[in-house]
Amino acid sequence: MTTYQEFIQQNEDRDGVRFSWNLWPSSRLEATRLVVPVSCLFTPLKERPNLPPVQYEPVLCSRANCKAVLNPLCQVDFRAKIWACNFCFQRNPFPPSYAGISDVNQPAELMPQFSTIEYIVQRGPAAPLIFLYVVDTCLEEEDLQALKESLQMSLSLLPPNALVGLITFGRMVQVHELSCEGIAKSYVFRGTKDLTAKQIQEMLGLTKPAVAGQQGRPLAPQDAAATCKFLQPVHRVDMNLTDLLGELQRDPWPVPQGKRPLRSTGVALSVAVGLLEGTFPNTGARVMLFIGGPPTQGPGMVVGDELKTPIRSWHDIQKDNARHLKKATKYYEALANRSATNGHSIDIYACALDQTGLLEMKCLSNLTGGHIVMGDSFNTSLFKQTFQRVFSKDYNGDFRMAFGGVLEVKTSRELKVCGAIGPCVSLNSKSPCVSENELGIGGTSQWKVCGLNPSTTLGIYFEVVNQHNAPVPQGGRGAVQFVTQYQHSNTQRRIRVTTIARNWADAQSQIQHIESSFDQEAAAVLMARLGVFRAESEEGPDVLRWLDRQLIRLFMFHLRRSPFLQVFNNSPDESSYYRHHFVRQDLTQSLIMIQPILYSYSFHGPPEPVLLDSSSILPDRILLMDTFFQLVIYHGETIAQWRKAGYQEMAEYENFKQLLQAPLDDAQEILQTRFPMPRYIDTEHGGSQARFLLSKVNPSQTHNNLYAWGQETGAPILTDDVSLQVFMDHLKKLAVSSSA
Amino acid sequence: MNVNQHTPMASPYGQPQPGYGQPGYAPLDGSYPAPYAPYNGPASAYQPGAPPQGYSPFTSFPSKALAANPVSDLPSPLDLGPARGPPTSGPPPVSAPQQYNQYSQSQGSMQNGPPPPTQAPPRPAVSQPYNQGAMNLSGPHPSYPQHYGPPSTMQQVTNQMTGMQITSGPPTAAGPGYAPPHSSQPPVSTGYSAAAQASYTQAPPPVSSAPTQPPPPSGPAAPQQYYSGPPPSSQQPFNSSLPPTSQQQQQFTSSVTPQPPPQQTLPPSSYSGPVPPQSQPPVPPVSQAQQSFPTPQPPFSSAPPPVSQSSFATGPPPSAQGSFPPQGPPPSSQPGSFPPPGPPLTSAPFSQYPGPMPPQQQPPPSQPSPYHSGQHPPRPQMPPTSMAQSNHLPPGPQGPPGPPGPLQQPPSQPGMQTGYPPQQNGAFGQVRGPQPGYSAPYPGQPNYGAPAPAPPAQKRLDPDAIPSPIQVIEDDKAKTTEPFTTGVRGQAPPLVTTNFQVQDQGNASPRFIRCTAYNMPCTADMAKQSQVPLAAVIKPLATLPPDEPPPLVVDHGESGPIRCNRCKAYMCPYMQFIEGGRRFQCGFCSCVTEVPPHYFQHLDHTGKRVDCYDRAELSLGSYEFLATVDYCKNNKLPQPPAFIFLIDVSYNAVKSGMVNIVCQELKTLLDCLPRENPEAESAVRVGFVTYNKVLHFYNVKSSLAQPQMMVVSDVSDMFVPLLDGFLVNVNESRQVIESLLDQIPEMFADTRETETVFGPVIQAGLEALKAADCAGKLFVFHTSLPIAEAPGKLKNREDKKLIGTDKEKSLFQPQVGFYSSLAKECVAQGCCVDLFLFPNQYVDVATLGVVPVSTGGSVYKYTYFQAQSDQERFLNDLRRDVQKLVGFDAVMRVRTSTGIRATDFFGSFYMSNTTDVELAGLDCDKAITVEFKHDDKLSEETGALMQCAVLYTSCSGQRRLRIHNMAVNCCSQLADLYRNCETDTIINYFSKYAFRGILSNPTKAVRETLVNQCAQILACYRKNCASPSSAGQLILPECMKLLPVYLNCVLKSDVLLPGADVSLDDRAYLRQLISCMDVAETHVFFYPRLLPVMKLESGSLPVAVRDSEERLSKGGVYLLETGLHLFLWVGASVQQELLLNIFGTPSFSQIDSNMTSLPVLDNPISQALRELIYSFRAQRSRYMKLMVVKQEDRAELIFRHFLVEDKSASGGASYVDFLCHMHKEIRQLLS
Repeated sequence: MTTYQEFIQQNEDRDGVRFSWNLWPSSRLEATRLVVPVSCLFTPLKERPNLPPVQYEPVLCSRANCKAVLNPLCQVDFRAKIWACNFCFQRNPFPPSYAGISDVNQPAELMPQFSTIEYIVQRGPAAPLIFLYVVDTCLEEEDLQALKESLQMSLSLLPPNALVGLITFGRMVQVHELSCEGIAKSYVFRGTKDLTAKQIQEMLGLTKPAVAGQQGRPLAPQDAAATCKFLQPVHRVDMNLTDLLGELQRDPWPVPQGKRPLRSTGVALSVAVGLLEGTFPNTGARVMLFIGGPPTQGPGMVVGDELKTPIRSWHDIQKDNARHLKKATKYYEALANRSATNGHSIDIYACALDQTGLLEMKCLSNLTGGHIVMGDSFNTSLFKQTFQRVFSKDYNGDFRMAFGGVLEVKTSRELKVCGAIGPCVSLNSKSPCVSENELGIGGTSQWKVCGLNPSTTLGIYFEVVNQHNAPVPQGGRGAVQFVTQYQHSNTQRRIRVTTIARNWADAQSQIQHIESSFDQEAAAVLMARLGVFRAESEEGPDVLRWLDRQLIRLFMFHLRRSPFLQVFNNSPDESSYYRHHFVRQDLTQSLIMIQPILYSYSFHGPPEPVLLDSSSILPDRILLMDTFFQLVIYHGETIAQWRKAGYQEMAEYENFKQLLQAPLDDAQEILQTRFPMPRYIDTEHGGSQARFLLSKVNPSQTHNNLYAWGQETGAPILTDDVSLQVFMDHLKKLAVSSSA
Repeated sequence: MNVNQHTPMASPYGQPQPGYGQPGYAPLDGSYPAPYAPYNGPASAYQPGAPPQGYSPFTSFPSKALAANPVSDLPSPLDLGPARGPPTSGPPPVSAPQQYNQYSQSQGSMQNGPPPPTQAPPRPAVSQPYNQGAMNLSGPHPSYPQHYGPPSTMQQVTNQMTGMQITSGPPTAAGPGYAPPHSSQPPVSTGYSAAAQASYTQAPPPVSSAPTQPPPPSGPAAPQQYYSGPPPSSQQPFNSSLPPTSQQQQQFTSSVTPQPPPQQTLPPSSYSGPVPPQSQPPVPPVSQAQQSFPTPQPPFSSAPPPVSQSSFATGPPPSAQGSFPPQGPPPSSQPGSFPPPGPPLTSAPFSQYPGPMPPQQQPPPSQPSPYHSGQHPPRPQMPPTSMAQSNHLPPGPQGPPGPPGPLQQPPSQPGMQTGYPPQQNGAFGQVRGPQPGYSAPYPGQPNYGAPAPAPPAQKRLDPDAIPSPIQVIEDDKAKTTEPFTTGVRGQAPPLVTTNFQVQDQGNASPRFIRCTAYNMPCTADMAKQSQVPLAAVIKPLATLPPDEPPPLVVDHGESGPIRCNRCKAYMCPYMQFIEGGRRFQCGFCSCVTEVPPHYFQHLDHTGKRVDCYDRAELSLGSYEFLATVDYCKNNKLPQPPAFIFLIDVSYNAVKSGMVNIVCQELKTLLDCLPRENPEAESAVRVGFVTYNKVLHFYNVKSSLAQPQMMVVSDVSDMFVPLLDGFLVNVNESRQVIESLLDQIPEMFADTRETETVFGPVIQAGLEALKAADCAGKLFVFHTSLPIAEAPGKLKNREDKKLIGTDKEKSLFQPQVGFYSSLAKECVAQGCCVDLFLFPNQYVDVATLGVVPVSTGGSVYKYTYFQAQSDQERFLNDLRRDVQKLVGFDAVMRVRTSTGIRATDFFGSFYMSNTTDVELAGLDCDKAITVEFKHDDKLSEETGALMQCAVLYTSCSGQRRLRIHNMAVNCCSQLADLYRNCETDTIINYFSKYAFRGILSNPTKAVRETLVNQCAQILACYRKNCASPSSAGQLILPECMKLLPVYLNCVLKSDVLLPGADVSLDDRAYLRQLISCMDVAETHVFFYPRLLPVMKLESGSLPVAVRDSEERLSKGGVYLLETGLHLFLWVGASVQQELLLNIFGTPSFSQIDSNMTSLPVLDNPISQALRELIYSFRAQRSRYMKLMVVKQEDRAELIFRHFLVEDKSASGGASYVDFLCHMHKEIRQLLS
């Protein structure tokens, strides 16, 4: 038997699932005592190169409120051609096409290695992918130029049959017509006026074609495609659009001194959503919003155009001094929900030195599965490469993105689902397996995940509902089935089904087993997600207190200091950004976010991971820190001096050159795979950017205890934060003194 | 006749003007009498029903008459109506007679009243011979006599003659001239031969006669006869002796009647039918008539009575006779009457008059008994009108059947005439008396009168004898030889129809300001008594001819123009420098203001500044100041203005070709944007918008390879989608703009969008200007009623049923308030809107025009626009509109000296308070009429001063002040007021006043108001300035003798009296158009210019003829222009050679009446004609499309509408009728 570690790894590789507990306490009471709920991180579209999709449709349990998919855990009577649903125990006959089924001739979905299987649904027309660029033109000339180039470049990355559209905005919002020859046409909307979807569609002339549709039959997407002049296949308007982008001007309205440019982001998004809503509902579409500043007018305004009024800070928010916050948030949430309903996801690419209103707009991406990318300028490789990576392809040459996903969770009777945390919205599907307790987005067994990629990971929380007095029979297994329907980037509709099972264990008798089945990493991430989820809606200190009550673990030290829970030193936008990514990345990445990784390079041996502690900062080391969002290469004092002296240029110090190069190479490797691309920082002892490192490490040495510890052992951190040592001491005291 | 009279007048003119005035009046008087006689005739005609009568006669002659009758019939009743309120309302036949009766009665009473005094002296002799009616007639005539002293004699003669004729003549006369009309009447006349007068006097007579004869025919015929009758009689009378004078008046009426015939081209034809020679006759008649007139004149001048007589005898009589004879025989019944009417009429009348005269005398008693009471005489007047009508109607039909009878009847008319003659006689005698009033200045009047009278006396209300606009115009031309200098206060300038040069010597040129009165009454009481409107028509940016220097620009430096401290009047020649030049006293408010040091200058010994003549503001009437930043909006120097073109691209617009034409034209037109310095590039920027239900803005920034279109669908809340790249410099963005203009027609070639918006279109332009922070002009090219859902959406509310009701006014009011508030916003921004309409149906001009009218813009309307035929007109208008000099964001203020105040303003502008006229745009064609009222006494010494200051932004973006100063005299004697006013300007004021009035009052009430005021003006003159004379005499002030004819034109205009085919849009359009016309434009609009072009010589204009069908010769070609329309009327029997020269075809039938330009032929006539047309077009602010009208073609109906001296199809009175009516009104006022 393998170790739990191996088991967990195996499961993750096969099914993309990591449970906090791999043995489940068999009763509600016991489960509650475990503090960490039975929960899992699920990556619906985990890349499975060895998993060819099958070309038929899944067989469903015939019970109306079950509809579970036939899976390897089902009991099958090959002779009777009947299978029993392992969730509701309904006995179902096989469909006629399974007539040839037998012990030796089993369909793939019955084989154990296919606990995760993907079906291709042939029904319905293949819907093209849609990319709608929504571009802010209130940019600096340089930024705009860079953005234009990126956009032009992206056209070549799009699948030729994909539909593409362009909306630009500044003071006005322009929807560009792409089908025209000669004169470039665009429809213009006033940036200050909140329009209903119907108005927008009327104004864009989208309502008339309805006549063309035959009675009683909704407009097929193709028809819409033919009639919608704003969304055209890339291959047809490639040149046109390239020119159009090339001629894109900065917003021509003068910006008086002391004012921000008027930016109608709210209306632009409203138009984008309305446009897609009217033309391609329930078709995979991606609204890509590029902004260079905060919305300054109209609905969704985040800050006024007076420069003397700074954009809201956490301080303002806490003091309830952010006048536009609630209104804007509400506005964007409404938009996000509409968009999610139609299966369209919204990306936000915000590149500005100041805040851009991500706090208010985050829901757009969070609810629709879109990306948020935050950078300083569109003219940085961070943006350029990240943007490029959006269109990266997998080993099959397909885009690493999927649309319109619907994730359904089915559980066996002893288990109910409390909720999910991730880039999804509830579909309000009440089923027997929905718990009354909500954790995250609850009250449903189905969630919509409009935009998916292979790393999109949801935290899903369960509740053991089995009563203590009705123990699960020995050897009983609980099962969970994840059914993910989505539109593949090659326009196919697919269904991926993952069915997993875990053993029940009696907490009283088998507590050690349960304990050993604990997946610390998964639990940490899942709890962190809960914390972040709460932090989004509650006051910071309360969340910390809750977390402290709930958990006492190593990771929590860093989690407490992380930007996900701490807003100090972070702008509201940054917090939103970090949290956005935290609730969607897979476990590995999430761990990095919570506790950055620190590697040390020296002449003394190969690179080694070192403690994230100030004591690791030594003069003769090069440090490489990966916080997910930043990649910091830190040259120790001596190394920095050597480098400045240029030793690496001398042949006799080839080894030094190699030492310098090593972290760069490693960093490059990370940079190439990470999405979004982290901020790459190359600094040295005393450099201003060293703060990125110094703010992360455990302040075991500060100006307070500097001399107690001795100077040669590391670098002191100028902070009043408690060190891990202090934290632990305190924790121990607490743990022993009383059970809160 | 008129000509003759005028000519004589002319000769005396300088002095004799008064005399003229009187003469003019005299004719009127004469006209009355004549009218009466005619009236009776007409009345009779009416009784039967103008139509019936006409018809009845025609019925007998149905073949020809039919066509003509219907038309004529309608008009006739209508005419009556207009002429006399009651008639119109009443059914033509029955009511008409009654009305006439009434009129006649009233007139009669009037006459009765007057006769005694006036007639007493002159008439006695004459009148006695004649019936009482005659006496009455004589009463009115007297006035004429004065003018036409000779005429009176003539009249007497005529009377005698008539008497003579009556017995013998009636038949003959009837035979020739009015044979037709008379023919019908003849029976009557016969019956009443003795009572012929009665027939005249009374319409009844005819009726009575009718009984004997077929009533209907007789009726109509009778009138005709009357008409015809009178003329002949008059002629004869003239020949004979004094009677003519009275007859002259009658002649006028009669002449009117004759006119009908000419008008009735058809009738002639019909006549021609009967009378082979007809064709000839008609032509000659006309010529003769004219000739005859002239001839008489000379005689008069030379040897009043004898010559005139001789002349008449020789000239008219022969012609008349000649004409009559031919006519007589065939038409004797109808033809005679009709055909003769035109040409022969003149002659005929005379002959007839004699005839009629007697009958009248006798018959009157019988029928007239009632009429005789005195009414009869009045009726005569009616008759003429009726005659005219009847002539029209009957001509065709009556011609044949009626003739015989009518001929006989004519005598009856003559009788009427006779009645008139006496009056005239008396009038003449008296007239001279009254003239004295005038005469005071013109001692020679008597002489003139003597000569003049003689000729006029020939006929009764002969149109030629009533004041002729042409005569007045020609006289003024002849009189004006020197440049007009503005230095003399209170001097009336030459008429607008006269070419003259102006020298600015301290008052504004009449091209900038024209006043109704150059001698203002000193007190409000006087002003009220006279009722003469005190107004000025100001055209601040008028274009000056090349030989007159434009206003000089004065720069007073940083402190800005020097102004009076109290009233803020600008430095001008009226400022009196005192204290050695250290201060100046304001001429307006008398406040003393310090002269700023930098402006100080010593005074010379006369108290003038030494630099007086070096400074425009001290020596000139018009000049400009450079304004400082204080005079700018927001205290910021203005940006150069912008032009925005907003083009409707809905289905109709594209299909009609409009879009294509506009786009093509703009490509070249953009090089001609207005600029002050012809060398420099225009500073005006341009922008483009197209629209249907949504708006498309275009980015034409020079850096773009292709224009970009930006669609704004949110029309409910209009905004401008772009700033940079929308308004561009033409040269910089030329390529992009051309590309755009090429592509617009293509883009919308297949459009199916039929709905349009309008409000948002203007809002868009306005917003664009706001965004660019500049003033400017919007050129909107629009096709249809904006029914798409948007602000300013309109519904079709054209409801013909409302016309004539009290609710009619609502049709002229905007149907929604949206545009009014929009206009206000536009004005605030200096956004002027020019609207080009291309409607195929009702578009509600009244509402769409609100913004253009309030912003100083123009509305152009091209109904049923067809690219091929209307392109030229539209393009020329567009070109001119784009290129013309225009100022923006203008504010005009009129300051006046103490005592009067500008109280009311008319024109295209907006006013937010009571003094400032705000004009978003002010171009060189826009005139503003300002009315003044007394608020204190004026002094004769200082006169009345006015200063019109217009602050505006020039097309190069310079802020300027244009100042026009005007000083007029003040008088304490009414006579002085009447001596020095300008009828054309008064009409301009009246028309604007009336056209605004219909917004708030029933049209009918407005018309009555006009008539009343006019009557009061004239009555006041009569009462206070004219020498005592018979009340029956119509005496008009010389300066205002055209007031009735012009006023009648105003009353008959489509706006105040719409025909059935005049759409509400047309009326609203005209209403708005006229509100900003200057005097020259209103003049030609209301009294179109009609030129014979048979004998054109390049370089000289032929003398115009009066706007009456009677003046048209079948063998002639005439050019008629109204400022909006241009017609080339081609007679049916024009010589082939002429046709060949003009049209390139010898055949009348091959002339393409759809042609809009004449073929280019290499012969002097063609060249001269085309030059003439070109020069006409060049004179007018709007391009006139040439319409070729062939005689008897359907299009002739349209053409006839502009023959304003005739009855109009919509019921407008003929000149003669109206004059009679006016006379009646005046007499009522006087009694």
